[in-house]
Amino acid sequence: MASIQGKKMNPTRFHKSQLKFYAILIPMAVVMGLPIIYIFSQALKPLDELFIYPPKFFAQKPSLDNFKKLIESMLGSEVPIYRYFFNSILSTLLTVICTIFITAFAGYALSKKDFKAKGLIFEINTAALMFVGAAVKIPKYLVIYYSGLIDNFWVHIIPGLAMPVGLFLVKQFMDQIPDALIEAARIDGAKDFQIFMKVIMPLSKSSLATVVILTFQAAWNAIEASELYLNADNMKTFAYYMTTLTTTGNDVVGIGQAAAATLIMFIPNLVIFIFMQKNVMSTMAHSGIK
Amino acid sequence: MNKIKSWAKREGSAYLFLAPYLILFVLFIIIPVVAAIYLSFTNFDSVNFPKFIGLKNYIALLTSDAVFMQYVVPNTLKFSLIAGPLGYALSFIMAWMLAQIQHKPRTLLALILYSPSMTSGVAMGVIWKVLFNGDQSGYLNSLLMQWGLITEPIQWLQSTEYLMPVMIIVTLWSSMGVGFLSILAGILNINQEVYEAGYIDGIKNRFQEIIHITIPSMKPQMLFAAVMAVVSTFQAGSIGVTLSGSNPTPQYAGQLALNHIEDYGFLRYEMGYASAISVVLLAFIWICSKVVTKLLAEKD
Repeated sequence: MASIQGKKMNPTRFHKSQLKFYAILIPMAVVMGLPIIYIFSQALKPLDELFIYPPKFFAQKPSLDNFKKLIESMLGSEVPIYRYFFNSILSTLLTVICTIFITAFAGYALSKKDFKAKGLIFEINTAALMFVGAAVKIPKYLVIYYSGLIDNFWVHIIPGLAMPVGLFLVKQFMDQIPDALIEAARIDGAKDFQIFMKVIMPLSKSSLATVVILTFQAAWNAIEASELYLNADNMKTFAYYMTTLTTTGNDVVGIGQAAAATLIMFIPNLVIFIFMQKNVMSTMAHSGIK
Repeated sequence: MNKIKSWAKREGSAYLFLAPYLILFVLFIIIPVVAAIYLSFTNFDSVNFPKFIGLKNYIALLTSDAVFMQYVVPNTLKFSLIAGPLGYALSFIMAWMLAQIQHKPRTLLALILYSPSMTSGVAMGVIWKVLFNGDQSGYLNSLLMQWGLITEPIQWLQSTEYLMPVMIIVTLWSSMGVGFLSILAGILNINQEVYEAGYIDGIKNRFQEIIHITIPSMKPQMLFAAVMAVVSTFQAGSIGVTLSGSNPTPQYAGQLALNHIEDYGFLRYEMGYASAISVVLLAFIWICSKVVTKLLAEKD
């Protein structure tokens, strides 16, 4: 009896006792998935179907009209479409790369180095997990203003680089890298930075992949910089352009285009997560607050 | 001099590695919080230098801001006390069930449950507006009317009655994020022997198993997920404005603390007063997290 109960977790084979879980999980997944499917369906609806009454959930004659119109309207605007995309891709890429290194550096120091303030700094960082950035938009604006980042492209990147959740996950993950490996490398004559690059970085890949996902999501969806800190349209991002569609596009035509834009925003997040989900799960196994 | 040298030798490299993070952390997290606390004691219109006025902002907030006391506080409490715990419970239940099915279907189902948290609130606005549209072309209205449950279309996003429930549902929809994944990984990582020992010690049913084995064995992940649940609930604070399309929300029905801050800070330029609201909100979030961690820690 005892062993049978325990083996219910993480089963390798199907057993009919699992049916009750499927009976709840599958409907739940359907309900949760519907709005996502609705983005696809709405984005693919031709103009006349957006007006149909009663509205149909699925597109009857799927077409790429909304995407074409979206691109046309962006080509027609003062700032060409590729500029928004370029800005989004460049700022996201730079944010992700910088965050990986900054977080891994700090994680290494907090996990493997000995210094007095170590415990305190980690505790402050853990407290900062609760930090809700949107609550301090005003003083943050002042900091950005006085650091000369207004109307500077780097304002997309720099303010988001210190990510407490990222550091937390990376540090917890690095804790389980055996110190003996570092000692061995040191005996072989490796310098600190070499140890970091050759031992720590490869062994923390999973947690860094998780940081990539979290940073990518935050940077790719970010509109704050375009909205508050940049005046020139040619420095703004696709995510921002999208919100101008959704807020002004109350007419039905706008809704189709906005759905197309929402889809374009969502897909990269999904693809990156699918590719890296294994890493995320192994990072999360070490994610606890002790 | 020697002291500094020996310190640099001992701890210097650690700080060198930490420096980039620490500088950015101080600049964009610590300073804004400290500045918010400072500004909350001042009168600041964003043009003139902030003028120190003591506790006046806080007194005004508590005594003469009718909107804050009548709508923002009750709404924020209602929203966070319903959406937070429900989202957390949902994450746990879903993760617990997912842990008991095979790897491949689990991965697929977990991906579907997680994907809403990848959408951004603003981007989803357009989808919610179509689904909950107030006339009969809104998907939900048309469905309910076809089924004969209602005869007149309901103004979901403009009504004082329905805006809050819709906000909570939308927030719950996207609540299975990092915390959910952490719980799932935690459950999967529990050693089988712990369960076997538990059943020898007299565990009788699945419910006892959850309370006495599963949750205590993965407390660190439960704590992490709890903090994430609190934070993501408060971060969703502008959802009412996204859905209804206006700040303030219709008759303040969906007005939460974050909207009140924006209303005063960016629409009325009363930055000192807005900062006082920020400080109260941050303190409230901090207290919520502390209470949650205490509650979880006591269940040993």
